[in-house]
Amino acid sequence: MQDVKVGEFFQPAFPSSWLETTKPHNFCPGCGHGIVLKCLGQAIDELNIADKVVYGCDIGCCLLSWNFFNTDCIQTHHGRTTPFIAGAKRATPEIVGIAYMGDGGGYAIGSQHLVNAAIRNEKITIILVNNANYAMTGGQMAPTTLPGQITETSPYGKEIEHSGPPILGPEMVAAISQEGAYVARGTMSNVKQLTKFIRKGLENQIAGRGLSFIEALSSCPTNWRTNAEQTWKFVEKDMASYFKVGEIKVPGTKEANNANHT
Amino acid sequence: MLEKKRMFITGNEAVAWAAIAAKADALFGYPITPQTEVMQYWTKYAPKYNKLFLQTEDELSAGYYTLGAVMTGKRAFTSTSGPGNVLMQEPMSMAEMMRIPIVFVIQQRGGPSTATVIYGQQETTLTAFGGNGEGFRVVYSTASHQELFDYTIKSFNTAWKYRFPTYVLGDGYQGKMRESLMVYDPEEEGIEFVAPYSLAGRARTDGFKHYRNTYNTEEELYDILQAHIKDYDAMTPKVVEWDTRWCEDADTVVISHGIVSRSCLAACTLFQSEGQKVGYFRPITIRPFPVKEIREAVQKAKQVILFESAQGQLYKMLTEALYGLSVPIKSILRPGLGITTEEVYRETSNLLSRKG
Repeated sequence: MQDVKVGEFFQPAFPSSWLETTKPHNFCPGCGHGIVLKCLGQAIDELNIADKVVYGCDIGCCLLSWNFFNTDCIQTHHGRTTPFIAGAKRATPEIVGIAYMGDGGGYAIGSQHLVNAAIRNEKITIILVNNANYAMTGGQMAPTTLPGQITETSPYGKEIEHSGPPILGPEMVAAISQEGAYVARGTMSNVKQLTKFIRKGLENQIAGRGLSFIEALSSCPTNWRTNAEQTWKFVEKDMASYFKVGEIKVPGTKEANNANHT
Repeated sequence: MLEKKRMFITGNEAVAWAAIAAKADALFGYPITPQTEVMQYWTKYAPKYNKLFLQTEDELSAGYYTLGAVMTGKRAFTSTSGPGNVLMQEPMSMAEMMRIPIVFVIQQRGGPSTATVIYGQQETTLTAFGGNGEGFRVVYSTASHQELFDYTIKSFNTAWKYRFPTYVLGDGYQGKMRESLMVYDPEEEGIEFVAPYSLAGRARTDGFKHYRNTYNTEEELYDILQAHIKDYDAMTPKVVEWDTRWCEDADTVVISHGIVSRSCLAACTLFQSEGQKVGYFRPITIRPFPVKEIREAVQKAKQVILFESAQGQLYKMLTEALYGLSVPIKSILRPGLGITTEEVYRETSNLLSRKG
């Protein structure tokens, strides 16, 4: 991180792996992406791996991060960042491959890639931002939309009978991945913890143990049509009561066998 | 180092040997008939030649794994067919937009849908112009095992030299049939390799790079496409390939591509031995199309006869190329069916007797 005060001037504390010329970023006011990407930037700084990172971003709001970092970045297609980064990692194992995506990309259109990357224990770090809707296309129902939640394609509230319950992604990845996988769910409402999870996920890749998967609960006030207080409540209370925050699978610990969210 | 020798093998095995000869590093693929043996032979030889292989969950994944490998500076390729070719159009379009030098081997089967696993030329349009784009691709349509070998090697050089996705377009007959061919080490034969280089993820002197395929405004996209079009047009005369025989004074020119051209060549050879003025033209690159050359070839002809194992896919390319000329085009269309020398001879003879 930069010093908050440089000379006489105060300036925002950006991770040094952030590319300043592309800031301020293009996310909506109140969006969680900037916070998750700050946690990621800080983790990259702490591990001093910017020159090794190949950062891939998916389609959806996450694509706005295509020029976010002082690292190699490639914006791919909807759902396809996982196989793209896994291919880069297999071909050139010395890189640190990061696949950054939303819930639609990871859990819907690219779910077969997530499942198979988990089964193959691809040595990459996947960061999936869960904001309970398809935000870039204007707030449609996502695999993570909560029961009863109103979206553009569930205008009377999401019916579980009709559309299924919200997917528990990290729990699924933990269940199907091999020993050596690191799986956690963090939240933008606890940046210290989320940064720690992401750092551990990157360290797990660098150690060559296996897949690292971190879901980050995040906000979308634009499409949720919520004010600051309502937004925060939705992330911290409503989402977190369904999507339990904590480490789910940690190599070499009892969490590897038992998903007890801590 | 590949020892120069004559082999009697299937076309799919010839492709695997060619990729090894071309120093390809990686193949990511998904099984689909009639190309599956490409990956079978590749993975069989992989340990000996230190090659990377992964069987992925589908063709989308195979395409993107390959793109990821290519971006880190590896010669990487994949192969597919039919419905797999349809799925793979998505990574193909990303390669076109981002100028990623990836190689695809397509062994066509019957279509549409699952159709047959055997043969067709119904992926000609798809391979040349598939995806949501403009066909910024180089497509070599092969006719023999030797060509599968030669053009697979050439494809890696074309891809890395011009940075457009490059295709070897074969078919199930070529993939599954055994035929004699000469395998060789390209460098021993004086073929220079275009060296791959890292686009992402390795220590470079030029700093980090950002790549995207999405643009904010119509004008921004338009400018990018204009640059691609300029590069494609500049490349075209350097990569376009064709074969032409006896067209200088031909009254009739027989046109075909891929394996059908072998039947056409044999039939035209027969007509020549009979003293008939029947010429032969075959586009080897169907994208870019040898427009200038095909117009020259039919200049004096009174008719053009086209043969293809599809309902007019080459025909559309041909009519576009010949636009403005008055020579009539007759087409013998056999979607999903093989076309024999006897059939070309018979159909052409019928049209020869009628034309006067």
